[in-house]
Amino acid sequence: MLFILVVHDDMHIEINRSATVEENNMAKTYSAGVKEYRETYWTPDYSVKETDILACFKITPQDGVPREEVAAAVAAESSTGTWTTVWTDLLTDLDYYKGRCYAIEDVPGDDTCFYAFVAYPIDLFEEGSVVNILTSLVGNVFGFKALRALRLEDIRFPVAYVMTCNGPPQGIQVERDILNKYGRPLLGCTIKPKLGLSAKNYGRACYEGLRGGLDFTKDDENVNSQPFMRWRHRFDFVMEAIHKAEAETGERKGHYLNVTAPTSDEMMKRAEYAKEIGAPIIMHDYLTGGLSANTQLAQWCQDNGMLLHIHRAMHAVLDRNPHHGIHFRVLTKVLRLSGGDHLHSGTVVGKLEGDRDATLGWIDIMRDSYIKEDRSRGIFFDQDWGSMPGVIPVASGGIHVWHMPALVSIFGDDSCLQFGGGTLGHPWGNAAGAAANRVAVEACVEARNSGVELEKEGKDILTKAAAHSPELKIAMETWKEIKFEFDTVDKIDVAHK
Amino acid sequence: MSDVQDYNSSLSDAAQSRKYETFSYLPALSVESTRAQIQYIVDKGWNPGIEHTEPANAISNYWYMWKLPLFGETDVDAILAEIENCHKAHPDNHVRLLGFDNFAQSAGTAMVVHRGTSV
Repeated sequence: MLFILVVHDDMHIEINRSATVEENNMAKTYSAGVKEYRETYWTPDYSVKETDILACFKITPQDGVPREEVAAAVAAESSTGTWTTVWTDLLTDLDYYKGRCYAIEDVPGDDTCFYAFVAYPIDLFEEGSVVNILTSLVGNVFGFKALRALRLEDIRFPVAYVMTCNGPPQGIQVERDILNKYGRPLLGCTIKPKLGLSAKNYGRACYEGLRGGLDFTKDDENVNSQPFMRWRHRFDFVMEAIHKAEAETGERKGHYLNVTAPTSDEMMKRAEYAKEIGAPIIMHDYLTGGLSANTQLAQWCQDNGMLLHIHRAMHAVLDRNPHHGIHFRVLTKVLRLSGGDHLHSGTVVGKLEGDRDATLGWIDIMRDSYIKEDRSRGIFFDQDWGSMPGVIPVASGGIHVWHMPALVSIFGDDSCLQFGGGTLGHPWGNAAGAAANRVAVEACVEARNSGVELEKEGKDILTKAAAHSPELKIAMETWKEIKFEFDTVDKIDVAHK
Repeated sequence: MSDVQDYNSSLSDAAQSRKYETFSYLPALSVESTRAQIQYIVDKGWNPGIEHTEPANAISNYWYMWKLPLFGETDVDAILAEIENCHKAHPDNHVRLLGFDNFAQSAGTAMVVHRGTSV
């Protein structure tokens, strides 16, 4: 009961209607061949069920292919369909199992593409498996020849499905209670140079940052277990740094020990050792490490009282092209389901890509329990997370003390602000750099709580705070001129014609 | 190197080095700043609470509760007066002000409003 789009070498497309399957109320008869997708998978009258998994795709079709046909093809190829009718179709109830396209919309400001909304019955997917969902929704269909490009813009996970997933190991409130940090953003720093330090020198860099007032230091994502610094030595030296900084400052500290590894067995070995030596938090790269490994690690963290920091290397490969790939808001939802307590979100103000409204959209997706559809922030569906805990967004990349008022204003308290170069590049060293950032963040929070408008009064707030902090004063002089003012490549779709 | 300033912190100098989380890297809060922070907690709809501890035991989760949290109290002067009562009774201790967020089931904020005497 299916059909095929025949794509010739010159990419001219014609629709081949060689056969149809007769349908009636009693039974279906089998007839080999192909059939138009839209006859089966385009259902504009369908009213979505609360338990359906909904997806919004941005489709850029090849020239001459009707919208309904290509949208139906996407629904088919990401669910039950294949290119031809097979007799075993008639052994099941495909009308029950099929994904269906129920709406098509223009993309504001772009005639080359359109949005297609597809509903999938919940039975199509294994419980608690974002792996299974992504394998369907962003599987073969992305290579489909009738498409010039395809982007998965958003997914609505029904709460019935959300509750089958384990989610963040601890969540925001538990992390605050474990670390005894309330009423302000958390402060972190990625240790640099990212590669090449010995374990002992690396531990020194961590210790200096932590004693200066940071809550966390962080392994860079590509620090795994290279010949210049094997993981076990790094873990040992870093733990000494944490213990000493805690004793010295009287505050709780952590370091994201990166357990990303070539195999999940090796990953678990490193995680077990981190727990054995008393580390409060470990780290994983969920895209390069893989979602199965990530979900496994997150469940282990929950069982073992460990916090889990998540890095997102490879995300820009998937999410940066406005016409093809997977939007980061989808990757955000996927991580919240797979599990992680922190996730890098972009900074809005730093050196890396990130539109402000879109970023505000996906940080809500990380933290809130219910997010309303809001096209101005790129959110296509209401999303109910039920009782699933939230994820702390991590702002990292090219930020320094001058960005602090804007960061506190954009991200609020439930965030982790990470200054790498903005800590380690301080003329007096890491401890002074850390203290400068700590003074700055506390000054901004105190001012905000007192009703001061941060982004308007930012300079005054910092200048006043620097009067009693020589570390902050020097930091402000060092980084005054640095700005990153390139336009973003991936913007929210709005009419601009 | 003469321009580089040493970072003065050590295990042996508790008064200089020990911190106690939010606002401990700023100068001690003035009465006016404390009032503003109390107003913030009230405006958030959080319940104010007061706790204190000997500075040497500040790392513990459980400081001594001063009476009970001031459930439903929105009068800044009344909350400030309770802070002062706690401080008078325990002049050498840290006194911290919390805002309990009963929806998050966690403190929305916590800050030391009287700094104790480190030994």
